[in-house]
Amino acid sequence: MEAIRKPLRLIFMAVEGTFDRIFGEAWNPFYCLGALGYFYFWIVAGSGIYIYIFFDTGVPQAYESVEYMTNEQWYLAGVMRSLHRYASDALVVMMMGHMLRVFAYGRYNGARWFSWITGVPMIWLVMIAGITGYWLVWDKLAQYVAIGATEWLDWLPIFGEPVARNFLSPSHLDGRFFTLMVFLHIAVPLILLFVMWFHLQRVGHAKINPARGLAIGTGLMMVILSLVWPATSQGIANLSEIASPVSPDWFYLAWFPLMDAISAGPMWGIAVFGTIVLFLVPWLPPAKKQPAALVDLDNCNGCNRCVIDCPFSAISLMPRSDDAPFTHEARVDDDLCVSCGICVGSCPTATPFRRTGALVPGIDLPGLSLADLRARTDAAGAILSGPGRVLVFGCEHGLRSEKFTDGRTAAVILPCTGMLPPAFIDYVISRGLADGVAVTGCRPGECHYRQGQRWLSERIAGERDPRLRRRVPRERVAEIWAAPIEGNRFERELEAFRAELPAAGGGTPPLPDKVTEAAD
Amino acid sequence: MPVVRYAAQALVYGLFALGIGVLSQWPDYTRVEPDKALIRLSFAHGAARKGECRRRSREELMKLAPNMRKPLDCPRERLPVVVELDLNGEPVFAASLAPTGLSGDGASKVYERFVVPAGRHRIDLRLRDTARTAGFDHMRTVDVDLVPGRALAIDFKAANGGFIIE
Repeated sequence: MEAIRKPLRLIFMAVEGTFDRIFGEAWNPFYCLGALGYFYFWIVAGSGIYIYIFFDTGVPQAYESVEYMTNEQWYLAGVMRSLHRYASDALVVMMMGHMLRVFAYGRYNGARWFSWITGVPMIWLVMIAGITGYWLVWDKLAQYVAIGATEWLDWLPIFGEPVARNFLSPSHLDGRFFTLMVFLHIAVPLILLFVMWFHLQRVGHAKINPARGLAIGTGLMMVILSLVWPATSQGIANLSEIASPVSPDWFYLAWFPLMDAISAGPMWGIAVFGTIVLFLVPWLPPAKKQPAALVDLDNCNGCNRCVIDCPFSAISLMPRSDDAPFTHEARVDDDLCVSCGICVGSCPTATPFRRTGALVPGIDLPGLSLADLRARTDAAGAILSGPGRVLVFGCEHGLRSEKFTDGRTAAVILPCTGMLPPAFIDYVISRGLADGVAVTGCRPGECHYRQGQRWLSERIAGERDPRLRRRVPRERVAEIWAAPIEGNRFERELEAFRAELPAAGGGTPPLPDKVTEAAD
Repeated sequence: MPVVRYAAQALVYGLFALGIGVLSQWPDYTRVEPDKALIRLSFAHGAARKGECRRRSREELMKLAPNMRKPLDCPRERLPVVVELDLNGEPVFAASLAPTGLSGDGASKVYERFVVPAGRHRIDLRLRDTARTAGFDHMRTVDVDLVPGRALAIDFKAANGGFIIE
């Protein structure tokens, strides 16, 4: 699977890097494809509600009412119709792009299987919603779609009478069929909305709205497209004539020419087989499960920070189960935990300064305990020498910073940089392990574990608990977020940071050990 | 710099909009060549029951629950419907259509489409829906002049006299 993912991932990284320069990290559409999908869904829903006011479900009236919207009330209903179409198309692009990107970056297996498989039915629902929508216009394209879709359905041996007979001739067509289609066209998106909600049930801090600037930009784009190139119908349907040629919306209707080429049975085969494969992708092959985070009740006071920061809703606050004088304790759901360690980074007890007793925080990662992390940090600092010593804290999914290790640079790799308690930066500098600390990891907005990069960045900036203490000279701390393909940039920025570093110890007072390192 | 950046963003939005606009309606697709016509044969028709109804004896009726005492015992299963369509004297479709339903008591159904050259055609239609072994119960021959792009429908409704051409 990695053989397929890797080239895709490299393409995404390269394109996203370009988009970072154009849009900035906050507005980069690649970092919020899912949120853009939601955004387009709401445009489709809003415009759909408006055009429904004017839509008539009778056989000739359906086409006439759409023509009225397009030609007579072009300035509002016509624009709404175009928005309805184009936003639906953009929704398909975002949905497929989101899925492809999640696949390319390998963010679909292990504990993340749930979001993947709840996304699969959405493809069907979006397609059904779109196809029934094209049906309602009752133009030649609608005729082609209606006949094609019902011929496809008729391949299944479940109908007493061929459904396609409803479109055999003008006398076979019944306005009630349109009523059924309208019902489907409303009901299916409502089911889709429910599944969209369900899709995010195991995602903490889900991003369902794109950045405001991006929303304004893409919204404007849709309105301008609708005004410049309004959606139109393709002549009223006539069942006494063949609906050919037609101008299909290829985002939704590409299946139909394919079905014409291979016939209905193989098309069902592709659809069912493809769906089954998509459902199985998270287990092809199964991800190696890392041990889940562990709560140590002796050090947990139920402060709730790990619960808030967990990007996968794997931690919840429960009533205390011991005699400690606190009301709550953190509890980890092993099935939901992805072992990213972000909870450790959020724990106020996760401080390397503690020398009395074992270094056990309120929540720890068995795969890389806080004690191990401190030992690795000490070991990394020990190999550094000379001026401009930099200790890099990196992650397993961003740039592989260990490749830059030499006498002046050492790296400590974490599952996610978000695992790094900010006290470690303080520790490195105040103990003189290095002259500067650089943190690196996935590019902002696209952290493999969703929020690790953001949380650490906010902690360094003093905007999130536990904060990096003010006494740490900020000129000795650098954030160099970089994708694995951005080695040159990383090296440039690292050297620039090194060059600006003050001499070791300059301006840094000696710091005492502390038992805990809470917020300043 | 911001101007260049906004211009680049506008270009990206423009290209995306162009892609959406174009692919939502282009390229055209031709399912049937313009010089062709289409004949669709479709019906749902129940053939006769497989066996004759039998009158139950008094003893048999008395053995049944009072609400189940129907005087006639009729088999549920239907015969297949045999249908044939010739075009200009050449057979293009012939099938024995099994009844639908788990008990084989539903209508036999068919939906077939034939793309033919536009022009004049003779269509011979035959259908058998009884237990007869030779010949057909319903037959119709029509000459049709199909203009290019015409979609001709052939239905069957026994109550309306058999084959219906629309």
